[in-house]
Amino acid sequence: MDVARLPKQLALRVSTAREVGLPAPAPVGLALLAACIFLTVGSLASDTFAEHTVSGLAAGGVYGSLALSLVLIYRATEVINFAQGAMAMFTTYIAWQLLHWGLPYWGAFFATLGIAFFGGITLERVVIRPVEHRSVLTVVVVTIGLVFVIQGVATWIWASDLRGFPSAFPTRPIRVGGVVFSLQDLGTIGVSIGAVVVLWLFFQFTKTGLAMRAAALRPAAARLVGVRVSWMLALGWGLAAVLGAIAGLMIAPTAVSGGIQPTFMDLYLIYAFAAAVLGGIESPAGAVVGGLLLGVLLDLLTTYVNFVTSEIRFSVALGLLLAVLVIRPSGLFGRAAVKRV
Amino acid sequence: MPPLLELEDVHARYGPIKALHGVTLTVDEGQIVTVLGANGAGKTTTLRAVSNTVRRSGVLRFDGRPLGRGGPESVARKGIAHVPDGRGTFSELTVTENLRLGAYTRRGPLKGDLKRVSSYFPWIERRADQEAGTLSGGEQQMLALARAFMQRPRLLLLDEPSLGLAPLVVQEIFRIVKDLNEREGVTVLVTEQNANIALQAAENAYVLEVGRVALSGPSADLQKDESVRKSYLGY
Repeated sequence: MDVARLPKQLALRVSTAREVGLPAPAPVGLALLAACIFLTVGSLASDTFAEHTVSGLAAGGVYGSLALSLVLIYRATEVINFAQGAMAMFTTYIAWQLLHWGLPYWGAFFATLGIAFFGGITLERVVIRPVEHRSVLTVVVVTIGLVFVIQGVATWIWASDLRGFPSAFPTRPIRVGGVVFSLQDLGTIGVSIGAVVVLWLFFQFTKTGLAMRAAALRPAAARLVGVRVSWMLALGWGLAAVLGAIAGLMIAPTAVSGGIQPTFMDLYLIYAFAAAVLGGIESPAGAVVGGLLLGVLLDLLTTYVNFVTSEIRFSVALGLLLAVLVIRPSGLFGRAAVKRV
Repeated sequence: MPPLLELEDVHARYGPIKALHGVTLTVDEGQIVTVLGANGAGKTTTLRAVSNTVRRSGVLRFDGRPLGRGGPESVARKGIAHVPDGRGTFSELTVTENLRLGAYTRRGPLKGDLKRVSSYFPWIERRADQEAGTLSGGEQQMLALARAFMQRPRLLLLDEPSLGLAPLVVQEIFRIVKDLNEREGVTVLVTEQNANIALQAAENAYVLEVGRVALSGPSADLQKDESVRKSYLGY
């Protein structure tokens, strides 16, 4: 074989892979495939394993949608929105209030999403816009300030005692063979995946979605073709708030705190950070996959590894976050950042 | 009929640094006008003053009406397409997505336009789903032209299209610009360092020196001008 021609052939192969649009670099793709096979085989072999895979996916779907809301804002402005958890908490309270006033569940659900959308846009216009052109650090500090304001307002309106939150889905289990699934878990997986798919369709196939991507990638060039970039940012906050609201509503019935209170999302925001970093903070697909992986991993670890108890789950997530940052800062799907100075 | 674009005593600055010291020029509807000059003469800044992507003052009129204070997005909506230096390609998006973005300010179906675009650039249909960043430099410049065409502009601002391209590709690009001008009626204001090819394509030309118009007139006259020949044409 002609060795001299080898590099050229390899280069050709890389470019064809690109044209087909393979989403991730090959080793990551293989690792994910291996993970899927491992989970499938494990689930077929053991009922307990299958049950925990499903409940892990349910938790992971929620981490993933919250992570995706972080990624949406990060891609557009390079800002981590620390208030994402507090915003989700607040919209969950709004849903609670609507339910309390007697709205049916799905009525309250969609009304809450609508309120979240406009609330997110309003927050961006009123609070973020004035500091839009300042440094990233300034904006981050503003979002941290928002956390305290939102939690303060929630405590002022609804007090800080725990309140139970109903589930959209019956808690009754269903049996498939010897495996017991909770309908709630399956419903949660369906809702989070559904939300992600709808969002993907929006970004891929609508004019506004395309304009939002363009505004995030190249704001200056987007303005030259007539995109109102500043409004696209506000729209991004609106969509992120909707995703956060969905995550909040899905978490609320089974929150670790045993109900909703003004701080109940704090813990989940950390899980979402871990998921977003694991997937690559710039990558929407990465956020979702990172969330699912994290959910399943934590669930299986607490089941099968003796010293990992539910008390230590949180530390495991933080450990993972740290490990990713040290070993592969660009995450599973991220492209290594090249900055021209 | 007023000229399509008028600049009167336009000044522009980047922070404390002044880049334009009172530029006056006019572009009539249907013309190709070129702005020549060395690096740093203010060619790019002149285009930026029109699309309002630089801090500027002075009188700027488009179709007889002042361009006003609106940002670049509102200038685009008035029917001015700006292909900036660096081409403004969304390299992470596909070729088709770039074209769809070009038509962002317009309503209605794009099928007909996409067809017309591929009559000028036959390769575009084959590469429709390819990431724009993987195109060659010449193809990217053509994509930028195609994107601007999708906007159906009355005025096209083209910033140094020849930059970094091989001579044959440059000829091809200018041929297409002339085609767009003659067949689609697009008025063009193009900056160039390659004075030779720009003067062949354009009817009128302006020569900038350190932010001022040093010389202007019909291209044919400038081609004969001794100082232009020495400084910019090299013969």
